[in-house]
Amino acid sequence: MTNPAYPIAKENNGKSSWKFVFSELKPQGKWFTPFNIISIPIILLGLGIIVVRFWKGLGSVTNLSQEVPWGIWIGFDVVTGVAFAGGAYVVTFMVYILNMKKYHSIVRVTVLNGFLAYAFYTGALLLDLGRPWNVVNPVIGNNFGTSSVLFLVAWHFLLYMLAELIEFSPAIAEWLGARRAHKILSGMTVGAVILGITLSTLHQSGLGALYLMAKDKIHPLWYSEFIPILFLVSSIFAGLSMVIFEGSISHKVFFDKVSEKNEKAQNGIIHGLSKICAGAMFAYFFLQFLVFIHGKNWGLLNTPMGYWFLVEMIGFVLIPMMLFFYSYRTSNLFLIRLAAILTMIGVILNRLNVTVIGFRWDAAVHYIPSLMEIIVTLTVIFIEVWVFRWVINRMPVLGESPVWAKEEK
Amino acid sequence: MSIDRRNFIRIIGIAGVSLAVGNSFGATTPEKESEVEFRGMLYDSTRCIGCRACEKACAKAHNLPEPKDELKVDVLRKTSESQRSVINNYTTSKGEVFIRKQCMQCNEPACTAACLTQAMFKTKEGPVIWRADKCMGCRYCMVSCPFDIPKFEFHSSNPIIQKCDMCYDRIIKGQIPACAEACGDALTFGTRRELIAEARKRIAENPKDYIDQIYGENVAGGTGSLYLSSVPFNEVGFNAGLQNSSYPALTKGFLYSVPSVDVLLPPLLLAIHEATKNNHSNDEDHD
Repeated sequence: MTNPAYPIAKENNGKSSWKFVFSELKPQGKWFTPFNIISIPIILLGLGIIVVRFWKGLGSVTNLSQEVPWGIWIGFDVVTGVAFAGGAYVVTFMVYILNMKKYHSIVRVTVLNGFLAYAFYTGALLLDLGRPWNVVNPVIGNNFGTSSVLFLVAWHFLLYMLAELIEFSPAIAEWLGARRAHKILSGMTVGAVILGITLSTLHQSGLGALYLMAKDKIHPLWYSEFIPILFLVSSIFAGLSMVIFEGSISHKVFFDKVSEKNEKAQNGIIHGLSKICAGAMFAYFFLQFLVFIHGKNWGLLNTPMGYWFLVEMIGFVLIPMMLFFYSYRTSNLFLIRLAAILTMIGVILNRLNVTVIGFRWDAAVHYIPSLMEIIVTLTVIFIEVWVFRWVINRMPVLGESPVWAKEEK
Repeated sequence: MSIDRRNFIRIIGIAGVSLAVGNSFGATTPEKESEVEFRGMLYDSTRCIGCRACEKACAKAHNLPEPKDELKVDVLRKTSESQRSVINNYTTSKGEVFIRKQCMQCNEPACTAACLTQAMFKTKEGPVIWRADKCMGCRYCMVSCPFDIPKFEFHSSNPIIQKCDMCYDRIIKGQIPACAEACGDALTFGTRRELIAEARKRIAENPKDYIDQIYGENVAGGTGSLYLSSVPFNEVGFNAGLQNSSYPALTKGFLYSVPSVDVLLPPLLLAIHEATKNNHSNDEDHD
């Protein structure tokens, strides 16, 4: 039996739980894997750059300017990263609110992914803050800027991370063998899910609403009063494409952790998700089309930025949408994965077009991220993957819960 | 003393009216209002000779380095993290025109609406000030400001936001801003209402010298910094495309939807959860 919970439970018997946690902190498995060989030097380099950033200021490592004060640390790490973390609220909605039990086996890994994405990408936000020691001001104290979209986004992020932690906590309890805590935490799941979906609705759209006041700075093909709704709808298929992509990789890399039941369910899940992606993308494409017509921007299409807009809309929304439809009808898993990758590229393009590429598109000097900014971004992603791997290897995420946890129900 | 019915009704009537009217009018006496009226600054570009005394006074008042770069025609100088106000010289349809640039002190500033810690703050006196102890350096004010005014010290480990605050510290002491003090007669400090009246008077008295527009009267919902010019403002570096309604109004729809969604969505989700609970026969244990 490949149930990982058994040996953990046995180990746990003799030791105190702290000793158990310390023993688990030690790395397991091989060190010289291709991923480690690539990621370790980049992480070390990135940590060095972060030291310089706090020592000499943001300008010493980034290409930010007075005209373009937000670069890829916001536009990619936060705005794009959070869109990809949208899978968690969509999947929990399907499983806990609509009771689509078929998708139950991907809840934990999706929530874990979402939680880590929020923790790391909003954590990376601290790197971008000029005066991070004041970061607690909007949370405690009397400095509530309640008219600020960013204030709402910050609070919704914070509460959402808590909700996701509660959603994931039964897995932690199972890992630690904490039966009482497991019972209490499991009982909180539905409440946390409802809170989480509500918060997600608002902060996914809120990330778009951040840019509403930058009306004169964003290219008109990407600026509209509908940015918040477009961001919300695109986070649905961005998140699900990530679930398809990440699921396909996890099931290969962590094949020894995946239970037989989940392995069997996986193809059906990917198949089902492709249909939801296709539907959400159709709604999104239609909405984009309406916004475009409404904006009377026909003249702008025949410009370099117009071509770029068409590349995004046709190449990375319309085509993957049709691919999702087609591959769903023909049950072609390879094409579903391809469509998911194209969709993800499309979401990255869209978020960067609003936040970086289309932002101050008319400026004399364009913002191009520095190599150091990119390395720090990679550092954040790699550390996240390290933590993800650590959790997957120890907690019952891809596999089955221990028997005692199941008997509780 | 006896009170007959007619007198009684009269007294009640007077008391009632004075309570109702007196209260609603008395609470906002015009005198009290005028004490906190927005101050502003009128810059008349037809009177500006480009001497840059205002720039020097500004630097001195805020302990910033004195600007040494030369003022050349059509070479755009920008405000920066070490300079709060600049004079530029543009070639226009009516020859060379000097124009000053500094914070517009909007009536409804985008930067203060953007700020999540109230570090950017619209004072009741009119100036928009920045407060170091509250700012977390997120630079959302810079993203939002349609005039690109807040400047950030990118090369500091303890960066501050530099912007014109209309010498708020001097205003609350009853002094006038350093630039207005240093200027001959191009810069006038006063309440926004007085300044608009003054600007209208100048346009009416010398219609040939001015275009019939006070920049700042309407743009971005009205600003404290007001401009008069002999040429259209897009010829002297202003963005003609800026909207006349306030910038915070752009986020109003979203912000109003937040409490609605936060309150209405959870019960809806709970209802759906309850309704679908026993939809499926649990032939398989999904824990």
